[in-house]
Amino acid sequence: MPGKAVVEARGIHKHYGALHVLKGVDLVVAERELVFVIGPSGSGKSTLLRCLNRLEEPSSGSVLVDGVDLLDPRTDLNHARQRIGMVFQSFNLYPHMTALGNVTLALRKVAGKSRAEADELGRAALARVGLADRAGHTPGELSGGQQQRVAIARAIALEPRVMLFDEPTSALDPELVGSVLGVMRDLRESGMAMVVVSHEMGFARNAADRVLFMDHGSIVEEGTPAAIFESPSQQRTRAFIGQIQRH
Amino acid sequence: MSNWERFLDTFFNARVMARYLPDILYGTLITIELAALVIVSGLVAGLALALLRSVGFRPVNLLIVFTVDLFRALPPLVIIVFIYFGLPTAGLSPSSFVSTWLSLTLVLMAFSEEIFWAGITSIPKGQWEAARSTGLSYGQALINVVLPQAIRLTIPPLTNRTIAITKGTALGSVVAVSEILGMASSAVSNSYNPSPLTLGAAAYVILFFPMVVLGRWLETRMRWKR
Repeated sequence: MPGKAVVEARGIHKHYGALHVLKGVDLVVAERELVFVIGPSGSGKSTLLRCLNRLEEPSSGSVLVDGVDLLDPRTDLNHARQRIGMVFQSFNLYPHMTALGNVTLALRKVAGKSRAEADELGRAALARVGLADRAGHTPGELSGGQQQRVAIARAIALEPRVMLFDEPTSALDPELVGSVLGVMRDLRESGMAMVVVSHEMGFARNAADRVLFMDHGSIVEEGTPAAIFESPSQQRTRAFIGQIQRH
Repeated sequence: MSNWERFLDTFFNARVMARYLPDILYGTLITIELAALVIVSGLVAGLALALLRSVGFRPVNLLIVFTVDLFRALPPLVIIVFIYFGLPTAGLSPSSFVSTWLSLTLVLMAFSEEIFWAGITSIPKGQWEAARSTGLSYGQALINVVLPQAIRLTIPPLTNRTIAITKGTALGSVVAVSEILGMASSAVSNSYNPSPLTLGAAAYVILFFPMVVLGRWLETRMRWKR
């Protein structure tokens, strides 16, 4: 794989009380790489993703993003998080703000841009996701697909080094999925490092460099999309791939 | 004198009304002053407690919850009497106006804290996560993302509570605050005629009706499209 590591997570464990959700997971993402994470619900894939920007506190292990140790108490986490974009299953747009307001809030409050600068960057980000003409609309006036694209614009406006996608299309009607995947594909072509938790196997086949299969809090198997989807070596992977391909 | 004339003479005696109108107007000014102070200090204190509670420091939260429950449980009149007649024994002698203001402020603080708190906790966790994931601090997420939404949600219950508690300014008459009811009562005793009470009632309606309408207007205005 080319390029140096943008994300370097080592030995991530996560306990919720007696529940052991992540059992020593390693995940390294190189520059320009798209890593796709699949697995049954409850396998820990979302938790792993959320450990990468410390929305979830790992019980142990280390997370370096762009060389910054996220678990070091001296790290300015809010500053570091600008470099890690995140897109959520339920969009999580701010309903009381316009699309542009959603995109520019962190630019103004965290990146310290003036309103004019932030607006300019915000409009550029909205243009990248094909929503330049929706800047003044509130989330309630947008379709699910448009909302998710605004959410992507909100993240990329901060010029992150890596983007984390947590089931970005699971809450969308089928006819709206394509527009979001299209934006993700553009992003991938621009060279953005991405970690995608999703069930969109078609997208994984076309766009992923590497596919990880997780189950019960561990990475069971990883490889190229072809290797994982066509000839998985592990029984659990085969069973899971078989299940999701049956419908 | 027919019954109807007797009724009019008792409650709508023009001569008595004209004589005591200035008193009632003065009382209205005092009520407005008291009500405005209670609304501002009560809501500010309630919001401050809710924000403090959202930090999630357990000992502080236990104290807040205890205070809030206490002032929600006590009848406002009991608090007024306690402060006005009780505090002097501790060396403090608040005036009747200050006693009433402080009591109603504490009650509105308690109720509005609960309402603000309910608003804050009803905002989905995803809103916090989205804000924090873009690098906003806890405080920035609270001020810019969570609170504006929470306050919109709380406006209907908040206006109801505020109106209900602000009407409690009439309780000040018990410790001789010269607000509307106090002025009306003494006018009734002086004139041996209840007509000033009618004037007082009219003053309350004129005063609080716009508040009710304002509350309704705020509810509509602050709603946003989902």
